[in-house]
Amino acid sequence: MATLYEGYTLCGVGPVQNSSNIGILGVEQGRDIDYVLVTDSSRSITGYKVSDQKPTGSWSVKQGQIISCPAVFNTQSQEYVVVTDDRVVRVWKEDDVNLEKGFKATVSADVLRVLAVTDSEPVVLFCCGAVRFLDSLLASPQQPIEDVLTEDEIIRWSSIIKADHQLVVLFSTEQRGEHCLYVQRFNPNTLVKHRFETEPGLSAPISFSATCRGSNIHLLYLYSNGSLYESVLPFRTSSTGVGVQALSCSLCLSLPLGEEKLMSGAAVVLDEAHVAVVGFPHPSAGACKDYLCIWNTHFQTLQASKEMAGRIYSQLWCYSGKLYVPHGKMLSVIPFDCQKSSLAAAMGKQKQTSPSGSKSNSFVTSWTCNDITQTTEIKSRMSTRNNVKSALTVDQLIEHVKTSAVEDVQAEVGEFIRRTSQADLQLAAGRVALELVSRSQKDGNFYPQCAFLQLMETRYLCYSVCPGLLSLAIVKKDFHLCQIAFQIFSDIPEAVTCAYLKTILSTPDLEMEAVNLDKDSVIFMKELTQAHSRSDEEGGQLNGFCAPALESDASDTPSNKLQRDPLSLDMSCPVGLHKGALLNEVLHTAYSDRSLLPHLKDLTVPQVIVFLQYLRFLYFKYSHDAHKQIRALRTPSISQIIDWVCLLLDSHFTVLAVAPEAKRLVFDLHKFVRSQVKLYAELGKIEGSLQVLKNSKQSEDFGMYAIQVIELF
Amino acid sequence: MGEFKVHRVRFFDYMPSGIRALAYNRDTERMAVARIDGSVEVFHSSDRFFQEKIIPGREQCGIEGLSWVGQRLFSAGLNGGITEYDLTNQKVKYTVDAYGGPIWTITGNQQGTHLAVGCEDGTVKLFEVNEDKIQFERNLDRQKSRIISLSWHPSGSKIAAGMMDMIQIFNVETGHSVHRMLADRGVGTSRSKECVVWSVVYLSDGTIISGDSVGMVKLWDDQTGTLIKSHNVTKCDVLALSISQNEDSLVAGTSEGTVVQFQFVSVVLGKDDKEWVRTRTFKNHTHDIRAVAEITTAVVSGGMDAQLVVRPLLDKIEVRSAASALRKIHFPHRKLVSCARKSGLMLFQYSGHLELWRLGESEGKATPGSSLFVKRNPEKLLHLKVKGEDHIGCSAVSPCGEWIVYSTASSLRLYRLHFDNNNVSITKISKLPKVLSSANQLCFSSDSSYLFSASTQSSVHLVSLSQSGCKFVGTLKPKSGSHQAIHLLAASEDGKWLASANSDHEVHIYNLQTRKVHCTVPVYSSAVTAMGIHPTTNCLFIMYADQQMCEYSIEQNEYTDWSRTVQRKGLHRFWLERDTPCLNVMFNPQNPSHVILHDMYMLCIIDKSLPLPDDKTQFYNQLTLKSLPEEQRKSHSHAFKISKTFKDILFVELMSDQSLVVVERPLEDVATQLPAPIKQKKFAT
Repeated sequence: MATLYEGYTLCGVGPVQNSSNIGILGVEQGRDIDYVLVTDSSRSITGYKVSDQKPTGSWSVKQGQIISCPAVFNTQSQEYVVVTDDRVVRVWKEDDVNLEKGFKATVSADVLRVLAVTDSEPVVLFCCGAVRFLDSLLASPQQPIEDVLTEDEIIRWSSIIKADHQLVVLFSTEQRGEHCLYVQRFNPNTLVKHRFETEPGLSAPISFSATCRGSNIHLLYLYSNGSLYESVLPFRTSSTGVGVQALSCSLCLSLPLGEEKLMSGAAVVLDEAHVAVVGFPHPSAGACKDYLCIWNTHFQTLQASKEMAGRIYSQLWCYSGKLYVPHGKMLSVIPFDCQKSSLAAAMGKQKQTSPSGSKSNSFVTSWTCNDITQTTEIKSRMSTRNNVKSALTVDQLIEHVKTSAVEDVQAEVGEFIRRTSQADLQLAAGRVALELVSRSQKDGNFYPQCAFLQLMETRYLCYSVCPGLLSLAIVKKDFHLCQIAFQIFSDIPEAVTCAYLKTILSTPDLEMEAVNLDKDSVIFMKELTQAHSRSDEEGGQLNGFCAPALESDASDTPSNKLQRDPLSLDMSCPVGLHKGALLNEVLHTAYSDRSLLPHLKDLTVPQVIVFLQYLRFLYFKYSHDAHKQIRALRTPSISQIIDWVCLLLDSHFTVLAVAPEAKRLVFDLHKFVRSQVKLYAELGKIEGSLQVLKNSKQSEDFGMYAIQVIELF
Repeated sequence: MGEFKVHRVRFFDYMPSGIRALAYNRDTERMAVARIDGSVEVFHSSDRFFQEKIIPGREQCGIEGLSWVGQRLFSAGLNGGITEYDLTNQKVKYTVDAYGGPIWTITGNQQGTHLAVGCEDGTVKLFEVNEDKIQFERNLDRQKSRIISLSWHPSGSKIAAGMMDMIQIFNVETGHSVHRMLADRGVGTSRSKECVVWSVVYLSDGTIISGDSVGMVKLWDDQTGTLIKSHNVTKCDVLALSISQNEDSLVAGTSEGTVVQFQFVSVVLGKDDKEWVRTRTFKNHTHDIRAVAEITTAVVSGGMDAQLVVRPLLDKIEVRSAASALRKIHFPHRKLVSCARKSGLMLFQYSGHLELWRLGESEGKATPGSSLFVKRNPEKLLHLKVKGEDHIGCSAVSPCGEWIVYSTASSLRLYRLHFDNNNVSITKISKLPKVLSSANQLCFSSDSSYLFSASTQSSVHLVSLSQSGCKFVGTLKPKSGSHQAIHLLAASEDGKWLASANSDHEVHIYNLQTRKVHCTVPVYSSAVTAMGIHPTTNCLFIMYADQQMCEYSIEQNEYTDWSRTVQRKGLHRFWLERDTPCLNVMFNPQNPSHVILHDMYMLCIIDKSLPLPDDKTQFYNQLTLKSLPEEQRKSHSHAFKISKTFKDILFVELMSDQSLVVVERPLEDVATQLPAPIKQKKFAT
């Protein structure tokens, strides 16, 4: 989940001279991550230390001069760069009080912007589309600048991206309603022109945001109809730009629109899944569009939102975990945090898979655990005053995880869970688990089972938060952890379910019995197997539908002279108690048939037969002891059992039909299905008479007079 | 056991009249009820609230108050008169004009010496109760506004009077007002409306409790004339108050249809200082409650929705039984319909007119539980309006359908009907014998040749009917016993016997040939609600208000063996727990062992040849029997065959053609025809 924290005002926004959507010229990264450089649309540049909310320095140009592009900080030379009056490039140091005292050079063409990224030479982008490195330009300011763009083509947006010591300048242009994107790469210098390919009828994109991920540039652009498109460009291109290339794009988010037409709005990419959008209405807050929202583009869900007072501009910046939003007469800084999202977290709830509110045992314990953490939290809060050292931050913990021994790590994780507040823990649990898993994967001897269990019991983990955990546990054959995970996680992929199933079925029972498992599930298995022996003593009470099966059985196989209960043919549990308990957890898992089927095919035939035998055992047991209620919290329901039988038969039908050892099994199941069909056919016959009963109840109202016949018995 | 063709009749638009006043006599355990149409009824509270006596009302009567003085019952109304009733003969004894304009309230003192009435002209008039009449004594100080409510102090020395906006306390001795207590008007818009003190209650400790139109129940001190405490009970009016005998409980009826109980309890446990605390609220009415009365074990309330509700106070009941259940009395415990069994006619008795209907005819056959095709719809043949202002007390149509008779308090009229193809003509028989001036109950012999008219002194006049007219034959008189009015008559099929039952529970059987009392059935403690003489065996079958039954052989002059068996074995618990009396006894000539009974909720056929159910037997077993195969039914069936197909039954009769006529009056239909409630409690208002 993404979170927007409480923001604060960094500075005021000067009076807006024009009606454009620009409140300030720009906010640029300052000399380190805590510093920003704000260039307002009048005549001044101010540096701020963001965490202190304090200006560190302010510079302004003389009357009559105009700052024509946002000031940037050249981290290589520790100098500020700004362009005034379109052509005068000014460079000054931090301790220069007056801009006029700094270096000044007049260039031969209008400069659009100076673009800078950390640890790179700033790049100067001219209005005509030409690009120069700053130092080469300043070396000979009056060098001729070529015209890249045609005469009436105007640059609307520009940005610079750096990855692997490679710089890319992007700028988009507009020419008679046609929008193009230019990608300028350096060394070798190439310029590729792309045409935006969007649905016809869309006006100009109102906001762009580009990030670099892997070896691709991801460009997001927002239209005023609320569509957010994404285009992916290769970072390095082999082809030199010949002609105009079409820019393929995909719609990644459709923002809800209010009734009014949107004129201003901005989007900025936060990470691969999250986008911050300002100026669009909150989907549930009516037409008011003064909201800053964080959307998850993967799940199309709104993750966090904050109302912004005053006018919204088409401007939004994001530097080092903080959003800079000019609105009304102020520039607000809003820190945010984007946790890696899973579907379960994105949906905002952890679905409990077990049906009919049968809350699992561990669920209850985790509640009590929460209580303990809350009380200890208070205690620890008091103790932290005296002893600040004892509480670790997440980052510290992760550092420890990377290096410490298993025991230390387990102790520290336990300590961390106890001392961290619920909200923080929710964010931190996934990170810690990820780190633990990655260490375990690297280091074969490192396997902090205790820590995993503790993290799991916080209930802040789910499969997608830490995908490696379950696979790791399966590899390590940590069945206890797996069982807990299958109880708690609601989003286990079918492939993993099958892998787990395979592991369970291939592990010998003897080895399994040694494993320490959730007591409740084992008790259930014990009851089940004992119930079987007890019902045998009672002579096997039959359900109503057993009788026809019995008759048909006798007629079909006359050799079977013994009037045996067909259900008690093979009533001993085909698997051990522990294996049964683990299989029960698998039966509880949510799945979709289509995704599960291909993976089920991976099971070997003996595995399938054992599993089917167990399912048959369960099913017979259930239909046999339907009148009995085994008191356990997580019992597989009869429909779950039947679903799994069907799935297994579907996936291995041909093999089972051929395999001689499966013949008896399939025959039994078939017989059972036949008896069930008979039962339902009988039930269907009753329906008619029930209908008559219902109709007779309805003919009550007859008006004022009727002659009826009654019968008394 | 048998199929019956049933005419389900729902076109009898009987409307019960709203209840205006209640008066309870603790000594005799009788509850007197006055209705808006002027009728007065007497219920016996310890005999399952059986309606013992009905005195029919009259137009423009407008009873406003009822009061017992000893065993005498008085009423007063907006016509300005005070009426005393002759409860023995169930008629008005006399009416005295109070000369004070409309009377709003009447109340007698506990000593039984005086009646006080509150008049429109602002006077409280005192009447002395004499041996046989009442005598005006004097006026108390005249007030400016009408007197709405009155209450005597138990000592009889003071009277509290509720008026518009105030309560006055009078010294009876001097006739002067002692205190004047102002009742506050409501707030807001109702500020301009007068506050009507609808009801006052004067307690022996000097506390006066008032209920007013602002919705307050207020407690006043008569020494200082100050308000002690007030309870806001409702947003609308508190119309009626009633105090329990030992003055520790008070009930208030509101126009929302709720009854609120207050109890005089000590607030702190074990301390002696008691307070009036609001304790319970009962909601059993849909309309305004005009009258409440707290009797020993229950709260009785009545109002515009015309039902008398007996709500038991469970804290005062020691043994829970059928007698202590919530009871709602909707319909009179009398037959309002009579049938010409041989010609398929029904006579409906309304208060001011009679309607004669011919039943419809069906065609074809149908399976049990379904309806037959109605070939001919029922037809209204006659609408007979009553002359004069008195309401009809009883009526009858002869079995052949040729004679109609009805009686009001002042007159009895006999008509002869002529059917000429589709035309019906009616002739009034003039020159009736003088003895037929009025009747408490009327009945024809089965061959329609005699009319029996129950008259005063428990006597029955015998009149022979012929083409030419009618002739007084003689009077049947009981040898001894009480002179209470007869409310039930039953003639035998062979014309030999006549049975009469009066409100002292006496059943006399007369031999019509000798015109003498043949015998008297031993008197039972409960009232007779229905009886009939078996056509073949001449046994009298009697139903009592406590749901007991007996069969008395007239010829043998003793209870039959079956009746003794019933008494010995006892009746099933469920039978005894029914809360409406059986109102008709019929016999199926085709099957002599069958007796057909009905009450408001069920139709029952008793098969005397079958074993009686004991308390372990499933009593309502019709559905079970239906599901059993024929051969097993016999072993599971018992004597009581009860059909609950019908509801809100007013009357059932078995016609000569073996079809049943069931006259239903669904309570929903009654409810829809009631006037809209003045104030209805809606959710969250």
